[in-house]
Amino acid sequence: MALKVVEEWFNACAGCEVSILNIGENLVDLLSELEFVHMPFLIDHKYYGQTGEGTQVEIPEADVAIVSGGVRTEEQKEILQKIREKCKTLVALGTCAINGGIPAMTNMWKREEILNAIYSSLPSEVPAWLDRVYAIDEIAKVDIYIPGCPPHPQNINEAINALLKGETWSLPERSVCDSCPTRREKKASSGTTKRFFENLTFSPEESLDTMRCVMEQGFICLGPVTRAGCRGDSDAPRCIRARVGCRGCFGPIRKGAKPMVDMMSAWSSIGLSPQGVPDRRALLNRFIGAHNNLRPLPKR
Amino acid sequence: MGKTLTIDPITRITGHAKIMIDLDDNGNVAETKIVIPSMRGFEEFCIGRPAEEIPRIVNRICGISSWDNHLASNKAIDKIFGATLPAAGDKLRRLMQHLAWIANKTLHFYFLVAPDYIRPEAESRNVFSIFKSNPELGTKVIKMRQLAAMLVEHFSGKVIHPMAAVPGGFSKPMTESEREEMLKGTEELLEFAKFSMELAKTEMLSKYMDVIEQIGVINTGFLGTITDDGTWEIYDGKLRLMKADGSCEDFSYEQYTDYIAQHIEPWTYSKFCYVKNWGEFGLELDNSTIYRTGALARINVCEKMATPLAQAELEEFRDKFGRPCQYTMLYPYASLIEMLANAEQALALLKDSEITDKDVRVPVEAKAGHGVGCVESVPGTLIHDCETDKDGFITKTNIILGLTHNAAAMNLSLKQAAQTLIKEGNYDQDSINHLEMVVRAYNPSFQD
Repeated sequence: MALKVVEEWFNACAGCEVSILNIGENLVDLLSELEFVHMPFLIDHKYYGQTGEGTQVEIPEADVAIVSGGVRTEEQKEILQKIREKCKTLVALGTCAINGGIPAMTNMWKREEILNAIYSSLPSEVPAWLDRVYAIDEIAKVDIYIPGCPPHPQNINEAINALLKGETWSLPERSVCDSCPTRREKKASSGTTKRFFENLTFSPEESLDTMRCVMEQGFICLGPVTRAGCRGDSDAPRCIRARVGCRGCFGPIRKGAKPMVDMMSAWSSIGLSPQGVPDRRALLNRFIGAHNNLRPLPKR
Repeated sequence: MGKTLTIDPITRITGHAKIMIDLDDNGNVAETKIVIPSMRGFEEFCIGRPAEEIPRIVNRICGISSWDNHLASNKAIDKIFGATLPAAGDKLRRLMQHLAWIANKTLHFYFLVAPDYIRPEAESRNVFSIFKSNPELGTKVIKMRQLAAMLVEHFSGKVIHPMAAVPGGFSKPMTESEREEMLKGTEELLEFAKFSMELAKTEMLSKYMDVIEQIGVINTGFLGTITDDGTWEIYDGKLRLMKADGSCEDFSYEQYTDYIAQHIEPWTYSKFCYVKNWGEFGLELDNSTIYRTGALARINVCEKMATPLAQAELEEFRDKFGRPCQYTMLYPYASLIEMLANAEQALALLKDSEITDKDVRVPVEAKAGHGVGCVESVPGTLIHDCETDKDGFITKTNIILGLTHNAAAMNLSLKQAAQTLIKEGNYDQDSINHLEMVVRAYNPSFQD
């Protein structure tokens, strides 16, 4: 019997859903074992009946719910709670669902500050914003986490296959540095961190293990405090393949880790001063602003 | 007593939106709305961030148009930092955009729109049933979308939420072996673009002209990017506004505020763009200030395509439908003409010896300034307007997306379609889906 699946997006961008499609040819086999009963991106199931006459949100029962995006509005919160009621297993897909993601950068401001800055007259007949952006596990119990912005298709494929066998799934608690082939000498080439105003030094014809570590070249890379998993079966983490530093899109290595503190020691261990790192609070919490990691600071 | 229908969510689109229809006592349409039930606030949380980081933040506006937002933002920062790009840096950006568009257009046409034409019964109107009923087509579509996406990902690291375009150019040059791999793949994509064009002719044009000519048709202006000589363009050029009567006015990116203004309604988070010197904004069907952007707009505003296969299709299109063409349901068809152009232009870039030049980026330095970066995204023109302080930190932004340009027009198309299809309380799943088809045609990305 096919696994019944509900798929939903909230405060998100659709990148997670496209990542499901990026499973590619294996998708054909996978689809034969899945039955999507609600997935706004690809099928026509509606909350209020197919001709819109219902008065209550209706979510079909399913074995698994896959949810992307954090929770921004009262309406999203209600739908998430209903999904939790109707589905046996809840999968948080992507960093927005798990940690708030980029849109949780709004948590650095009070809700009213953001709304008043964007609207000269506030829309009054729309679903209300919650006080901040929430990760979905702040609202409902999550069973499986598939991090990434976006998640790697290989991880999604593995997680779904585990679910089909009745098993659970999680990414190992390793750092991006553990999965990075660049050459390390354990000492930075200069004492201060540079902004990314020029390219890294490397030979494009040669493999990545001949390139010096991004941090050791003096540029910002959040590899030491970011969970590995973005490289799939390629030769290096995705940003490193593009010859740029990591910005932490897979979130912290383990739940409750404090990237701000851990990154300070990573910088000092190679003799790099964090003084040159601009906008540190927002940088180190760029993808993880939920769970109160980012909150409004009192005005100076 | 009248009643309200809530079609929520509009399905097979990107992002979240709902349709609200108020019916009067006789069951006729009194009012219609497309409601965007949230927004994320990118314009605000970019403030205070270092400018060079912004292209890696605003790419998250849309997981489908992420290359376009990434590039528009990079262009705004290039301008502020005063960077003149090396030829290869410019060409690599263009190449990535063309290939990303092929993946996106394949997604829109086959996964979202085609079920309405190929499997129109309510219970089978989705891509999964196309895979089941026509596995050969299904496999081809999955493979070709994946090929386009992976050509971008293998070279640049990421197809969704990229980081390889950087202020001043590109983060890495292309090697000869990478060029060869991409050339081979892109040749396959060109064949697929030709195949898709023919499929649209047999499955859409030849079978559904009555729907195309009647449902969602409105009379508006159009906005799109062109080169100096009026050629269709997606990465860099000038903007052209065309009135519904076909008359045109061209302007530079920086002048956009002279033409475009925004309006707020209480019932949706999305703002509405309109042309301020065309009259007073309103959402009545004959309002003269509304314009559209996206594939149909680009095909309308350009004088010609840059490549032969796309040019032949443009000529055929204009012979059949005139200029400007106002048939909303032809957006997906216009989009496939563009997909041919994307494949042809990507091939031309890959055959250009400069593409493998090692010089891909000029070093930049922080500066105070103001820059407007525009590119086309598949759903429409992107405008990224940024200001920085002397240390290169963002102090102000204004971001206009395809959604915002098209918000008014989509509401008008919906209104026209609802008034045409719902009379005296008669409606069913099929007519409701036709209302959604009108919205779906725009390839909207409902992510503010």
